[in-house]
Amino acid sequence: MNDRIDWVYSEKLKEHFINPRNILENEDTYQDDGKGIVGNMKCGDQMLIVIKVDKEKRIITDCKWKTYGCASAIASTSILSEMVKGMTLEQAYQISPKDIAKELGGLPVHKIHCSVLGDKALRAAINDYYRRNGMEDKITEAEAGIVCKCMNVTDEEIEEAVLDGARTYLDLQERTKAGTACGQCKEDILRLLDKYTKEHFGE
Amino acid sequence: MVMRRVYMDNNATTPLHPQVKEEMIRAMEVFGNPSSMHQFGRAARVMMKEAREAVASFIGSKPEEIIFTGSGSEANNTVLSILACPSRQCNCSGAIKFNRIITSVIEHPCILETVKCLSDRNIEVKYLNVDKYGKISMEELEQELKKGPALVSIMTANNEIGTIQDIKKITKLVHQYESLIHTDAVQAVGKIPISVSDLKVDFLTLSAHKIYGPKGIGALYIRKDTPFCPLIRGGHQESGRRAGTENTLGIVGFGKAVEMRKEEISSEHERLLLFKDKLKEGIMNKIEHVYFNGHPEDCLANTLNISFPGAEGESILLYLDLAGIAVSTGSACASGSLDPSHVLMSIGIPIEYAHGSIRISMGRDTTEEDIDYMIGVLPGIIKRIRSMSTVEAGGIKNE
Repeated sequence: MNDRIDWVYSEKLKEHFINPRNILENEDTYQDDGKGIVGNMKCGDQMLIVIKVDKEKRIITDCKWKTYGCASAIASTSILSEMVKGMTLEQAYQISPKDIAKELGGLPVHKIHCSVLGDKALRAAINDYYRRNGMEDKITEAEAGIVCKCMNVTDEEIEEAVLDGARTYLDLQERTKAGTACGQCKEDILRLLDKYTKEHFGE
Repeated sequence: MVMRRVYMDNNATTPLHPQVKEEMIRAMEVFGNPSSMHQFGRAARVMMKEAREAVASFIGSKPEEIIFTGSGSEANNTVLSILACPSRQCNCSGAIKFNRIITSVIEHPCILETVKCLSDRNIEVKYLNVDKYGKISMEELEQELKKGPALVSIMTANNEIGTIQDIKKITKLVHQYESLIHTDAVQAVGKIPISVSDLKVDFLTLSAHKIYGPKGIGALYIRKDTPFCPLIRGGHQESGRRAGTENTLGIVGFGKAVEMRKEEISSEHERLLLFKDKLKEGIMNKIEHVYFNGHPEDCLANTLNISFPGAEGESILLYLDLAGIAVSTGSACASGSLDPSHVLMSIGIPIEYAHGSIRISMGRDTTEEDIDYMIGVLPGIIKRIRSMSTVEAGGIKNE
């Protein structure tokens, strides 16, 4: 076929899709220091991330994953698993879907929501590590702003999505996955949507 | 090495038949406006007349019962909009005196979206459910018809799962209750024998690009003396039923396409049935946990819809694409929305089966080597995706 036909996503995404890195192959025997699983079948994707941590330096030494997801989910988690190795837990906690999309050479807007599971699963894994090591105070600190508990979405992320143009509950669901699992946080999300829209775009 | 290319997405669209292409190239010389009285116009008019006769004869209608449209979607929109003409200026004078539509939950979006809009224009809408194979219930239809006359719109064959409805039986019932019946036969025409004189439907939609004709040309059959109101007004073309200078090239291509179908349909049908059996068997033998969607018998020979729990559809599609094979999927990820295929959800399969589905739709160019190639490539892809999946074929792990 015509060579000028680009692949549906970026070349880098394609490369990670063809050769995904760090897939968790021996799940039963893998000795993880932290494990996080997020997502649900309703949206058709789910993500599992496990990490190994150098406890003295608090640096992530290994990161493996599994996902039920589309090409963007596979590629974005593959690239995330490479990015986090060597990062401190605090640094890794700050990774956003935007950072991942950037690393992948961009994602179509309607695909951003496919890549938000990776960083959420990673944070869940880091929280799990904190929990196992008696560092619950770290979690409380980090979870202070969490609005959607199922999908680990913070008020900051909602604000960022609003700044990026999200104007409806559906927009927010698509961009952040907030409210896409149990839906109990819908009222809170709508309140924040209203608040941030007024704050940033109101008269 | 040149990668093998296998096109198995013929329900999305089909390649132009070489003879259709030839005919269209010839027709490019004829530029006249079919409405003009001079020789240039007459030349175009003759061409169009022959094509109309070909299309009409292919579905067993009279030429004057066929109007050409810009697409199958336009034809479907046209039929449904007959009910909602709000204008006193229009010479349809409120063509139809009732304001109800009965349709099914598995129709094409161009039906469902139009019906949704009409429901805001004082049209009462009833959606019929389907069973696990995608068939509507005659009892439910009759119950609805008892409530008063309606325009019933039921597709002949479903684009995603291939299930074929008994339109003849449905039509009989609809007419008993003095209602009108439209069928979207875009996926059925050219794949199974369709004759309006046998079915007795009032409206039928067909499209050229699903049967190796060009894109941008559809047709609507309107049974003689059936109330009608045009969607596109302002011209005498198509006997005042569809304004706009005719797409003569498209129409010629359409005419040639049905002519070719007439010759090829029966031998192709047998061949594709064998291929489908081979595909099914090959896939079942080599892949665990597969589920075939659609009716086991009343199904288009070319269409095979399969669910692979544990493997997400867009990933399957794109890995197949990298191997040169083109299919489509009912996964949400491929559609840009959060919901998987409405058809698959309507037949009641679990949501993970819908997300993990692909549709293989074969065509006249499909060869046995293509089938072998597919059977050779697919198991490895499914195995690979499942090996990195958090969802096991039997259910969700870890939770």
